[in-house]
Amino acid sequence: MPIANQRTMRFLGRSYMAFVFAPELPIIEWLAQLDSWLARSPGFFGDRPVVLDLANVKLFKAGIAHLVDCLLERNIRVIGLEGADPSQLGPELPPVLSGRPTSTNEIVALPRPEQPPAAAPKQPASLLIDRPVRSGQSIIYPEGDVSVLGSVGSGAEIVAGGSIHIYGTLRGRAMAGHMGNPRARIFCQKIEAELLAINGYYRTAEEIDAGLRGRPMQAWLNDNVMMITALN
Amino acid sequence: MAKVLVVTSGKGGVGKTTTTAALGAALAQMGETVVVVDFDVGLRNLDLVMGAERRVVYDLINVIQGIAKLSQALIRDKRLETLWLLPASQTRDKDALTEEGVGRVIGELKEKFDWVICDSPAGIERGAILAMRYADAAVIVTNPEVSSVRDSDRIIGMLDSKTKRAESGERIDKHLLITRYDSARAHRGEMLSIDDVLEILSTPLLGIIPESEEVLRASNVGSPVTLGNRLSAPARAYMEAAKRLQGESVAMTIPHQKRGLFNKIFGRRAA
Repeated sequence: MPIANQRTMRFLGRSYMAFVFAPELPIIEWLAQLDSWLARSPGFFGDRPVVLDLANVKLFKAGIAHLVDCLLERNIRVIGLEGADPSQLGPELPPVLSGRPTSTNEIVALPRPEQPPAAAPKQPASLLIDRPVRSGQSIIYPEGDVSVLGSVGSGAEIVAGGSIHIYGTLRGRAMAGHMGNPRARIFCQKIEAELLAINGYYRTAEEIDAGLRGRPMQAWLNDNVMMITALN
Repeated sequence: MAKVLVVTSGKGGVGKTTTTAALGAALAQMGETVVVVDFDVGLRNLDLVMGAERRVVYDLINVIQGIAKLSQALIRDKRLETLWLLPASQTRDKDALTEEGVGRVIGELKEKFDWVICDSPAGIERGAILAMRYADAAVIVTNPEVSSVRDSDRIIGMLDSKTKRAESGERIDKHLLITRYDSARAHRGEMLSIDDVLEILSTPLLGIIPESEEVLRASNVGSPVTLGNRLSAPARAYMEAAKRLQGESVAMTIPHQKRGLFNKIFGRRAA
């Protein structure tokens, strides 16, 4: 059969950013740790490619299949394996990825959900919001610091990978260092907050010293204990 | 240039319908042509407050579905000839509203009237979103009370994100109207003060409507507050708010009661 047009078929090579999970023994504990992380950020890996690095754990075929299933139950889809013995794999398991990583074990700043990375990637990672954050709104910025020029309403939330600066009243929730950063801090001009969290350690309104209410404050972590002090 | 105004609040029972009728009647008395549109499909009330419940034949849903023409559904007020009502349907629900249909009806109304005032249902669902969808400006009705204020904050966030204007990068004009204000209770700390509400919502104030029996009386006789006893405190406050909507600058009067000596000493806000 003659080919209708002369277009040749092209196969393109393309590299993608994937998260690499490197489970450690015992797997049960590693899964439990993952679960507690997922509890804080449910659905985070829902539509992201994940590669399983099995170099630290020597698993047989059934073990690998079970682990992949366990992750699937958590809505995490494994697209490929690394560090696994090819003789232990069958067609029902994800393929072993060959090729060297472009940079070894780079810790990746998690990209913002549902938005493509900005065109100019080398901007300092900070987000400026020049209006009040209203009740029910949620600002999620895992890349870095968030500054709000205005108040954060009751029932609103700010989630930042870095620190949070609020030039107004904080009535809602502020979660700094959300991707694991104990050095993150929260600053606000007036605290009426419902909840403060840094690096997963949190305080509810009830646990915030009533004497601080309505004053400028900062919150930081001192040996995993949240300190809240007035700024003046 | 016609202006589409949505009267909204998030919370129910704060005075959206009363405000729609009062502002509509006030603007009509100033010579503007006004239509008030009831978006509370299934729980219509605006017809009652306007005193037109016995004249409803066709409604907003009929017009959206093409069963009736707009001119058949519009009801002219018996007291003010430049004031019209487009009632909601009582037998349907909010699912009968479509975005495209609402857009078409609002577009037609804009050709005929100076003001299209949309009375939003409570809540943040479909009905409320479609009521605000095509608005140029919004009146956010708030009671000086924490739950109402937080709901208003939520609605303001939606006005800034879910309206056509917001989506095209324009800002929607927002006006805050504080209703059911009782100065004595505010002084006793049983209500938020005006300053507290303004601080939380950071939205320009359109007016303060004092708590009054006049409002209840007016809606029971089917007359907008601004058409009944025009010297009453709520009627005057609504008239002033309507003037501010037209761009006039009118000094803000905070309904005030003399504080007794006891209040002066103990009336500080507790929280």
